[in-house]
Amino acid sequence: MKIAITSGKGGTGKTTVSTGLFHILSRYLKHHVQLLDCDVEEPDCHIFIRASKTAVYPVNLMIPEIKTDLCTFCGKCKAACAFNAIVMLPPAKFIEVSADMCHGCGACSYVCPENAIVEKPSSIGQITHFDYYAKDEFIEGRLHIGSALQTRVIRETITHARQQGIILFDSPPGTSCPVIATVSKSDYVVMVTEPTPFGLNDLILMVDTVKQLGKKHGITINKAGLDYKPLYEYISQNNIPLLGEIPFRKELAGAYSKGEIVAASGPEIRKVFENITRKLLHETSLNL
Amino acid sequence: MSKAFEIVILSGKGGTGKTSITAAFASLAKHAVFTDCDVDAADLHLVLSPDIYRTEDFESGAKAIVNTDKCTGCELCRDVCRFSALEFKNGIPVIDEYACEGCGLCSIVCPVDAISVHNYNNNKIYFANCRFGPMVYGKLGVAEENSGKLVSKIRQYARELTRQHQAEIIVTDGPPGIGCPVISSVTGSDLVLAVTEPTMSGWHDLERLIEMIGGFKTPVFVVINKYDLNEEMTQLIEQRLDAMNIQVIGKIPYSETMVLALLEAKTINEFDPAGYIAGELTRIWETITFTIKQHHKPINI
Repeated sequence: MKIAITSGKGGTGKTTVSTGLFHILSRYLKHHVQLLDCDVEEPDCHIFIRASKTAVYPVNLMIPEIKTDLCTFCGKCKAACAFNAIVMLPPAKFIEVSADMCHGCGACSYVCPENAIVEKPSSIGQITHFDYYAKDEFIEGRLHIGSALQTRVIRETITHARQQGIILFDSPPGTSCPVIATVSKSDYVVMVTEPTPFGLNDLILMVDTVKQLGKKHGITINKAGLDYKPLYEYISQNNIPLLGEIPFRKELAGAYSKGEIVAASGPEIRKVFENITRKLLHETSLNL
Repeated sequence: MSKAFEIVILSGKGGTGKTSITAAFASLAKHAVFTDCDVDAADLHLVLSPDIYRTEDFESGAKAIVNTDKCTGCELCRDVCRFSALEFKNGIPVIDEYACEGCGLCSIVCPVDAISVHNYNNNKIYFANCRFGPMVYGKLGVAEENSGKLVSKIRQYARELTRQHQAEIIVTDGPPGIGCPVISSVTGSDLVLAVTEPTMSGWHDLERLIEMIGGFKTPVFVVINKYDLNEEMTQLIEQRLDAMNIQVIGKIPYSETMVLALLEAKTINEFDPAGYIAGELTRIWETITFTIKQHHKPINI
């Protein structure tokens, strides 16, 4: 069972929910539980999950290099490149691959009649494995700063999970390709929102996305307390299961700011997370 | 030839208050054009309530399509696909449209021309006027891609609008993160205002953002929002930024006023003009505009 924790709007509490679920599931379930930090641009789970590092793997992209001495400037590679990554000036005998634009698809080297293109691995990110207690695992994907290929790092991170037990994906914010890369590989989506007009606007975008992908889903409201009726009306009108509400409390914000797992910061909040977990397991037809 | 400055409000981490602060600046800026480049989840329009006068479709990526009648099942396409976007089910190729990056290599290798690449146009760009001036913003189609290109296009239109309206400044609400839409937002801008919060995640994400921007040599100012939620952390962030020669130009306390203003679709400076936060934001805005005019060459358009 793969569960993605998402939100249209950033900063609504995805990481609070995913680290909380991981913490609770890890203690109460005999199943193998894995947490994958798929927010590779800004991976923050490691701040909360204190686990021991076991392995680091690079994420490489095959970037082509064109040998100008073999190149006849026929232009086939440039024509084949869908990403406009090849710059060619035949009179100056100049041809180069712009690494920022390249997706590493291999089309240029496939079409080159002179075998003038060689591909070399270039690192765009890394994946780190951590042991969490004895049985569970935390896996973090991390994009190298300056790379624009976050989606690739996410896809690779997801392949690192063992296909067993419960796998939690801490998704990036938004609704675009990095989120799709995460959500499309999940079985169930927990959408985290907050009771504000921004929260609702971005939740609606997220619901549209999740429905388009045909995924079962539920909602968790974070920073609850503000009685923002349009949010509650939207949820009930659309018959979306409400998995629970995490109250806004200054002391929870304080625990979060120090890098503590919010779900483990006190007995009351622990109860809130246990209930959310129970409801989630019920929704996903698993039982405690 | 007119000249305009471009200011981008970013954060690394989401939810630190970028949009509320951008909106406040909108009510303070004179002769400005506003853009929302958080195309995944644009929210600025909820406060600025713009009147849209034109909508334009924008390319949202390309995907391969298989003509199964022509396909002979040779599986060459699957073998060359680097994105694991092609699978054969009962001898028929099925494309995972969410994994396909539209590179077209499958259509190049197909010996019977059974695969073509289709371009989609499901992203939107909105041209509008709000009570503070012209605005241009985008919206990604549901489950669509190309956010980096969309951001570049929005900024290009914003520059055109500044020329038409003889505006002096472009204020951009940027996306969270450090990936392609953020890179597209920073490229060629004159100043980045990074909004952070005093949490370990806020700092971690800000540090990555600053390193990313470092590659562009764009000057960065920082505002610490909700600074009183953890004053120790605020102090630590200030010290670290100081060591990096990055100036914290303002600190805003946690306040429900931010949300209350939002509920009325008002900026903080409209909702509570005499309040402390409005005053602090005015001071921050003046610092930014003063600095940018003093020290940075404006872009030519």
